[in-house]
Amino acid sequence: LLKRVKRRYLAVQVNSDSAVSQREFWDAVWAAVIRLYGEYGASQTGLKLFDFNEEKKTAVFRVSLITLPQVRASLVSVTRIGSNEAAVHVTAISGTIKSLREKM
Amino acid sequence: MQGSRIAAMKRVFTDLHLRLNPDDKAVAKRVIVKAATIGYGMVAVPFSLETRENEISIFRNICSEVKVDFASRADLVPRTRDQLMRLLRKLRRKFEVICVVCGNKEVARQAAKDRRVDLLSFQSLDFRGRFFDWAEAELASNSLAALELDVKPLLVLEGSARVRFLGVLRREISIARAFHVPIVVSSGVGAELLLRKPREIAAFVSLLGLDEASALDAVSVNPSGIVLRNRGKLSSGFVAPGIRVVKEGRDC
Repeated sequence: LLKRVKRRYLAVQVNSDSAVSQREFWDAVWAAVIRLYGEYGASQTGLKLFDFNEEKKTAVFRVSLITLPQVRASLVSVTRIGSNEAAVHVTAISGTIKSLREKM
Repeated sequence: MQGSRIAAMKRVFTDLHLRLNPDDKAVAKRVIVKAATIGYGMVAVPFSLETRENEISIFRNICSEVKVDFASRADLVPRTRDQLMRLLRKLRRKFEVICVVCGNKEVARQAAKDRRVDLLSFQSLDFRGRFFDWAEAELASNSLAALELDVKPLLVLEGSARVRFLGVLRREISIARAFHVPIVVSSGVGAELLLRKPREIAAFVSLLGLDEASALDAVSVNPSGIVLRNRGKLSSGFVAPGIRVVKEGRDC
C-alpha cells in the first residue's frame, strides 16, 4: 500500500512596494525552488497554491512535509516578484487549513 | 524536551551586521524597525575607525525607541599584522564587537589567534580570497574568534556564481564544525526588502550543512553570547576572566 503523503500548509506575507499578482507570485516561488533544487527537487515538493489575496499580499499554499525545509529555504531566496523587489515571509505553518486560519 | 523548549523560548535573535548609513536616518530607522518587527532582539551596525560617538548614539537612540538591544561593532580592515595589532589596541575597549575583515593570509592568521578578535569575516566571493582553511580554523578554535557568514551574497548572486559560493560556504562550515569554531550568521544588508526572519535565515543556512539547532544557534546564541561576554569585560567591575569587583569601599 502507498503511504499517505503528509502535508503542511504555509501562510506567507509578501513585502513589496508595488502590486503583486497571483501569477507573478507563484512564478517567483516556483523559480526559486527550481533554482535551488532543480526540477527533480521541485517535483517532490508538491506545491499547490490555495489562496492569494492581492490586497493584503498574503498567500496560502500546500507543501509536502518532507520538503518543508527546502521550500522555506527557497522562499528566503525570493528577492524579486515580476520586475519589482520583494521579500516573502512565512507567517504560519500548520497541518490543516482550518488550524492555519486560526493561527493567522 | 522541556529544557530545549525553554532554551528555545529564551533565544534572543541577533543580527550583528546591518549595513546602515548614519547620514540616512530615515532608511536606518526603517530597517531597524523592520528588524524588530520580524523578531530580532539585538542588532549591531559596523563602524569604522573614523566613526564619531554621535553617529553611534544615532543608532543607539533609534534602537531604544523600537526596543531593540544595540551593540556597537567595529570592522577592521588592516593590510598587515602590525596594523591589525595597532587597531586592536586602539579600538578593543571602545566597541562591543570587533570584526576583522581578512583581506590576506597574514592578517587572517593573526586575527584567528588574537583573543581580542570576536569575528573573522571573509568578504571575497572567490575561494582564493578566503583564507578559512584547516590551519585558520585550528588557530580560531584556540582563541575566541567566530566565523561570520553574511547571507546577502546568497540572496543577490545568481546562477553559477551562487552555486560556487554555496560550495565555498559549505566547505568553510564543515571545517568550522570540525574544529568547534562558533559560526555567526548575519544578514549583511542595508535594505528592508533584503531582511529575512531569523528562523528563515536558519532554514536557508541549513542548505550549507548545518543542522536545525546549530543554524538557530548561529543567529541567536552565538552572536548574542559574544556581545554579552564583551559587555561583561567592558564593564567597570571586570578584573580578569572569572574575577569581578562586586563591592568597593572600606567595609569590604
